[in-house]
Amino acid sequence: MSTVDTSTSPGAGSGVRAGEARRTPGLVPVAETLETTERHARPETPTPPVPSARERWAFWRLLGSELGLTFRRPRNLAMLAVIACVPVIIGVTLRIVGGQGGMGGIIADVAGNSLMLTFFALSFLVLLMMPVAVTVVAGDSVAGEAGAGTLRYLLAAPAGRTRLLLVKYLNAAIYAYAVTAVVALSALLTGLVLFPAGPVTLLSGTTITMAEGLLRILIAVGYVGAGMAALAAIGLALSTFTEVSIGAIAGTIVLVIVCQVLRAIPELDSITPYLLPTWFTNFDAVLRAPVDFGALREGLVAFGAYIALFGSIAWARFSGKDITS
Amino acid sequence: MTTVTQEAGAPFGAAPPPADGAGESAIVTEGLTKRFRGGQVAVNALDLAVPRGSVFGFLGPNGSGKTTTIRMLLGLVTPTAGTHSVLGLPATQALPRVGALVEGPAFYPYLSGTANLLRFDAADPTAPRTTARRRVAEALERVGLSAAAGKRYRNYSLGMRQRLAIAAALLGPRELLILDEPTNGLDPQGTREVRALVKEIAADGTTVFVSSHLLAEVEQMCTHAAIMRTGTLVAQGTIASLSGGLATRVRIETPDTADAARVLGTFGLADVRSEAGQVTAELGGHAPERINAALVEEGVAVRGLAVLRPSLEDVFVGLTGEGFDVDG
Repeated sequence: MSTVDTSTSPGAGSGVRAGEARRTPGLVPVAETLETTERHARPETPTPPVPSARERWAFWRLLGSELGLTFRRPRNLAMLAVIACVPVIIGVTLRIVGGQGGMGGIIADVAGNSLMLTFFALSFLVLLMMPVAVTVVAGDSVAGEAGAGTLRYLLAAPAGRTRLLLVKYLNAAIYAYAVTAVVALSALLTGLVLFPAGPVTLLSGTTITMAEGLLRILIAVGYVGAGMAALAAIGLALSTFTEVSIGAIAGTIVLVIVCQVLRAIPELDSITPYLLPTWFTNFDAVLRAPVDFGALREGLVAFGAYIALFGSIAWARFSGKDITS
Repeated sequence: MTTVTQEAGAPFGAAPPPADGAGESAIVTEGLTKRFRGGQVAVNALDLAVPRGSVFGFLGPNGSGKTTTIRMLLGLVTPTAGTHSVLGLPATQALPRVGALVEGPAFYPYLSGTANLLRFDAADPTAPRTTARRRVAEALERVGLSAAAGKRYRNYSLGMRQRLAIAAALLGPRELLILDEPTNGLDPQGTREVRALVKEIAADGTTVFVSSHLLAEVEQMCTHAAIMRTGTLVAQGTIASLSGGLATRVRIETPDTADAARVLGTFGLADVRSEAGQVTAELGGHAPERINAALVEEGVAVRGLAVLRPSLEDVFVGLTGEGFDVDG
């Protein structure tokens, strides 16, 4: 067996000598046999171990799994349902109040056009209710898994810390947009049912077509969603510091409330531009004619800064954390 | 996190080279140390070598650093000092080929068994989505949970939860299973099942690293063992070599202890000890039946004769001079 191997293996000097040795039947030098055995064994010499190959769509599969958890979880769906109810309640109330006549200002605006309820509902809910819903998902994202112990199994799978954190953030950001979209859709449908459809009169008195009104709602949703996603970054960062999700959630909500209080104090005007909630209501720029894109851009820069800052904090904390839960 | 790219065509869990540069070891640690904030040293300069294909018992009382060691092996806890490799790779790169059960089961209570396993399978970047359902079904089948696959985890009994955790460890082709206290909280029936499963898995050539605070369990399941005590490795080796450190003894139950001791002495047995109603001595190479015959010939009333093979517990007591904290 070994002699056959040597004759077929090309090149090596010992192969030639093995060939010569074979011409003398029955006489195989011991040294020769050793060498051929060695060479026979060589292909079995272990090569360095290689890590397993990654699947191409693995990241998106994990994100899909995460979204499936978030949007199948009864708690998260309940929050969406509650938030969807609020514009309906506002709409019905305004319809009753507006029907009595003699109301001016914002109520008259809303009662006068089906699209205005959407902006009103957004400006009302963006102060606290939407932040609470987004914070519950973002604050729970890492702390909840740590508290339940599933985090250790995800990381041992191995999900990878940076990868998992990114998935968690994208998931929270998508939920933030879902919350915003639910408010807008619910308000839009309620408005269409309860109030007259037609051209929209803006704050500045200019009138735009209904189609353009819908486009502006879309811009407002994009902007408010970005603001909620910025808040989600804060929730995620706090979430990496604790194993108790309620702590991260409460911490983020308290932060929002404190910011709202600070904004209300006129003496503290100088710090309000640094507070995240200050920028949430800037979406009313779409009600100007033309749209005040400058105000929107400023807000988006603030959101981007918050996402970068708190995303970095979350990463710095999570990537080196000892998982002992 | 290390991003690893490789030829995309390689099949999932493709059999890696049979051995690695570090020899035949599935786990190697050198000077592995973990000091937690606050100064508590959980694991102190651990040098562990787990041979491939072994069923390796990682023994120690609660709080002796077993779980911290396992957490370091799985990349959950960063060592303060020392190095470790798993399957010849830096630990985090080997993890797709490692199944793990760490400190009891942990799942999403509102998901079914199947959905829970799919969730953890999705977290493994090397697991192909196309085969996920089949692999999950196979893993559930293997631990006997097929019937409860669609049931919510919330409604699982403790034994079922433990089995689901083992199923999660068996989701892919694994070369190493790390099981931390796999029989914790199980009834005797469940314990037997887990032991049988471990033996079955080991028979397929998978290395099994199993931590336990139960000496008897390790003795029954394992080919090798390491003993930890307060964060320090006390001993490691094959079960036989560990027990071999202590001599087999013979025990004679008799009212005539003095006569019995004299007879044993004439046989040349070492370390003859007389106690109330019994005499013990190191058996050496002698045949116990010959000793019995001699005792009867000398008129010693033999009520019982037993050969005492040293157990791991004796080894542990011998090594540490302490009893083993079995409960807790």
